[in-house]
Amino acid sequence: MTLGGLFSRAVAALGGLSGLRRRQGELHQISGPASRKFDAVRSEEEARREDGRARLAEHVPPPELDETSDPRAELVVALLLIAAAVAFAGFVVFYVVSEDTQLLGFCIGLGLVLAGVASALAGKRVVIQEKSTEEYKDYGDREEQIQVEDHLVEGKVGVTRRKLLFSSLAAVGAALGAAAVMPIASLGPRVGEKVYETPWSAGKKVVDETGKPITLDTLSAGEFITGFPAGASKDDIGSPLVIVRLETDELELPADRAESAPAGYVAYSKICTHAGCAVSLFRYPTFDETQPGPALVCPCHYSTFNPADGGKVLFGPAGRPLPQLPLRVGAGGVLEAAGGFYEPIGPSYGGIREAPGEQPL
Amino acid sequence: MRRLRFLVPVALLAASISLFAFEARGAEPGTASTGEPESEGRRLFVQGCSSCHGFEAEGVKGHGPSLIGVGEGAADFYLRTGRMPLDRPDEEPQRGPSVYSGAEIQALTKYVGSLGGPAIPEVHPEDGDLAEGQKLFTENCAGCHQIVGRGGMLPGAVIPDLGAANARDVAEAIRVGPYVMPSFGHLSQSEVNDLARYVEYTHDPEDKGGWGIGHIGPIPEGMVAWLLAGVALLFTIRLIGERTTR
Repeated sequence: MTLGGLFSRAVAALGGLSGLRRRQGELHQISGPASRKFDAVRSEEEARREDGRARLAEHVPPPELDETSDPRAELVVALLLIAAAVAFAGFVVFYVVSEDTQLLGFCIGLGLVLAGVASALAGKRVVIQEKSTEEYKDYGDREEQIQVEDHLVEGKVGVTRRKLLFSSLAAVGAALGAAAVMPIASLGPRVGEKVYETPWSAGKKVVDETGKPITLDTLSAGEFITGFPAGASKDDIGSPLVIVRLETDELELPADRAESAPAGYVAYSKICTHAGCAVSLFRYPTFDETQPGPALVCPCHYSTFNPADGGKVLFGPAGRPLPQLPLRVGAGGVLEAAGGFYEPIGPSYGGIREAPGEQPL
Repeated sequence: MRRLRFLVPVALLAASISLFAFEARGAEPGTASTGEPESEGRRLFVQGCSSCHGFEAEGVKGHGPSLIGVGEGAADFYLRTGRMPLDRPDEEPQRGPSVYSGAEIQALTKYVGSLGGPAIPEVHPEDGDLAEGQKLFTENCAGCHQIVGRGGMLPGAVIPDLGAANARDVAEAIRVGPYVMPSFGHLSQSEVNDLARYVEYTHDPEDKGGWGIGHIGPIPEGMVAWLLAGVALLFTIRLIGERTTR
């Protein structure tokens, strides 16, 4: 016995317990094996044929369980559905009055289970299930075939405005297509130059998570820290920086960025250019001869950037470098931005440019 | 275990080669001119470490870094957690049973410390603040070590599980920055205490949901939920689809 079979037995037993009775069988009394009347007077051939038919009848599979709709089952299903509705309503109520997410999950789960039981029960007890066998009629009649074919041809011939019908159909298709495409017009405004607007500009001081200024003494070579613009929102996607200090001889920055890393401090946007996660892994070898070199790694999809080389992609799905922010040393050794990011920050999308003013790719 | 079995002949071989080399070297005039009795740490160092780190701990190109100035903390961390000695110089050091006894580790640590560098960092997890520790861990460590300290991976390195790390290991790792981990010199002593307290807490964290699933993170947790839900769904589909026979 299968698991499902066991379960349906259990459901049936439950139904029996709750007073549900199967109203079944009556329909089937007639479909039992045809009673064999044996007439001795019949010819032998006839008897053989009869015998064969009887054997065929024996092979007919046992009749399926037939049931007519049961008003009590209908009531139970309705009650279950109402209970499910109440559970779902409970979700709404608890969503408003309580902060307990487990209660919300319980309501949704209970509602789904009740609705599921209701539909299973409805399928088994409310909807009439019947399987009947009908003998195949012999359609071997040529005349009839010709008639049917004629009917079909007539149907086609009868349509006199086929062109009109087909053009209207095409019009419907086109209009439906247009309607489906139309909502594109409701998409938000173009990102435009907004992606280059970050809280960072020349002279903006760099502070740490607690608001303390990051100075030249904050890090030693091989250390990193998360930085933010002083006095700006930390939540802005352009705000967080991952600041790494490398040995000055480790730096391989392009010539035009040679001044962007005072005392080996390099700053990059903390937002990965692949999918916008926070680049929070920093790898710095103790012994670079046998160990992998310095890298900033995004924990989401392991995009790996080279902090020594302007954030160039070393590995992973990111398609463009981690945007670098040029740094300089301000009064009191405090690090500050020497300008905006070299590249647009944030995750990449179609048509993003490498730098402000460049033509879309 | 496999690692250990492999280590024994390697260590023996390394020891005999370095002993032989030292004997030969010791015979040279000038080297043994100090006349001071050789310390146990120095003897062990020459035996077990010098093939990669050099006879005077000056490092060997392509094999091992110089240990001059790394300090006692680094030596203590690598030796006590069994990360050193390595089978091969290009292998990633990983936690394991130490091949040295406690006294030998002390002697070696003292020898490396005598070459200069910071002392073993102090740590008092009992003074740490758990909430602050979690915050600091999220900010500085969880990117690699995962929020409950179960480790993970990074291109080029395995990130260790902190399940076996005690407070001293934590403090040393923060200050030393072993293998490809950066060091965190900007964290204060009290912040190190907080972090150690939090790492100790992660060894047996309180599971709000009731079932930690090994604390391996939200993705496996989601997978488990899907698998359970999948079984229930299959069961339901089977039930709905099954013909009811008499």
